[in-house]
Amino acid sequence: MTVAPRREDSLLIIVPAFNEAAAVGRVVKEIHEAAPGIPVVVVDDCSKDATAPVAHAAGARVLRLPFHLGLGGAVQAGYRLAFELGFGFVIRLDGDGQHDPSYIPKIYEALRTNACEMVIASRFEDGPVKHSSFLRGLGIRFFRLVLRPIMGKPVHDPTSGFVGVNRAALQVFSASFPLEYPEIETLVVLQRKAFRFVEIPCHMRERMGGRSSITAVKSLYYIFHVLMGVFVNVLKYEGRRRRKRGAEPRP
Amino acid sequence: MEGLLNFLTGLSLLLMVMVLVSVRRSHTRVEYSVSWLAAALALLVLARCRWLLNWLASVLGIDSPPMALLTLVGCLFLLVLFRLSVILSTLKDANIALTQRIAILEFQLESANEESKSKS
Repeated sequence: MTVAPRREDSLLIIVPAFNEAAAVGRVVKEIHEAAPGIPVVVVDDCSKDATAPVAHAAGARVLRLPFHLGLGGAVQAGYRLAFELGFGFVIRLDGDGQHDPSYIPKIYEALRTNACEMVIASRFEDGPVKHSSFLRGLGIRFFRLVLRPIMGKPVHDPTSGFVGVNRAALQVFSASFPLEYPEIETLVVLQRKAFRFVEIPCHMRERMGGRSSITAVKSLYYIFHVLMGVFVNVLKYEGRRRRKRGAEPRP
Repeated sequence: MEGLLNFLTGLSLLLMVMVLVSVRRSHTRVEYSVSWLAAALALLVLARCRWLLNWLASVLGIDSPPMALLTLVGCLFLLVLFRLSVILSTLKDANIALTQRIAILEFQLESANEESKSKS
């Protein structure tokens, strides 16, 4: 399948993947079933396993990074590609199978109709759910508290990697994107640009394969790192301005 | 006290030799050796110039001149390390941009090849 936008509201789906050969094929097939005709690009972050050939065999185009950049670098590579090719919208979901592709149409619809720059598929929008680990649950609650005053409204699932963005956000993220653990910092970057986001409810699944990059030991480093990132991005605030409805966001 | 100053003199000379040898063998670029050489030279001058060290110790309010020297050297090397962190960050950003650019160009080249194949 060629990857080229047919209209200015064309959608590209990007799947950052690192050593996800066990799951990425099924993820790509599910995306094709949920969103037929929509191009899928798997960003292979220099995997050591067969992630790239498995993704290609399943019908995705593969953007192969020659060096391992980490999640943020891989996602940004996908955003850059989409921006340069002229896509109007991008939906990103993980290659481990946790994100259910059947929500793609809902996210796309929300992106087109809500006049917002980002749509987050939130596992907590419909109420509390069981966390994969105690520390992860604690971290999510902590960052909800941290982000509430910064964002000016509650963020139910700040660590969700199942997101859709429009072209204005693509332009910003193509130029600058957090390298490690990007989800929470991305929200602060959005707020600094006076962009808007909405959350839509979704159901997250168990991983189909591979291992999570965030282990219990890394959780503390994660919290410290992300807090620093949030703080630095807050310092980058460009002035207290709120975008007027209908006005073009400044990248 | 004299023993510590002699040790620091030796350390500064060793650092200078290491940096110069590293530059000569092209293991370190000249622009990145300057901060280390300047730090080593400052250490050498302060370790051998007692009146300057005594004056600095009195300015800093430290009773022991060697302790004043160690404090200054620590601060100097912290500055050098910070400068290297800035350089590393710049290089990392450039590396990421280059890696992404190569991947995107390869992707587009592959797409163009497939397109021309399908046309012919």
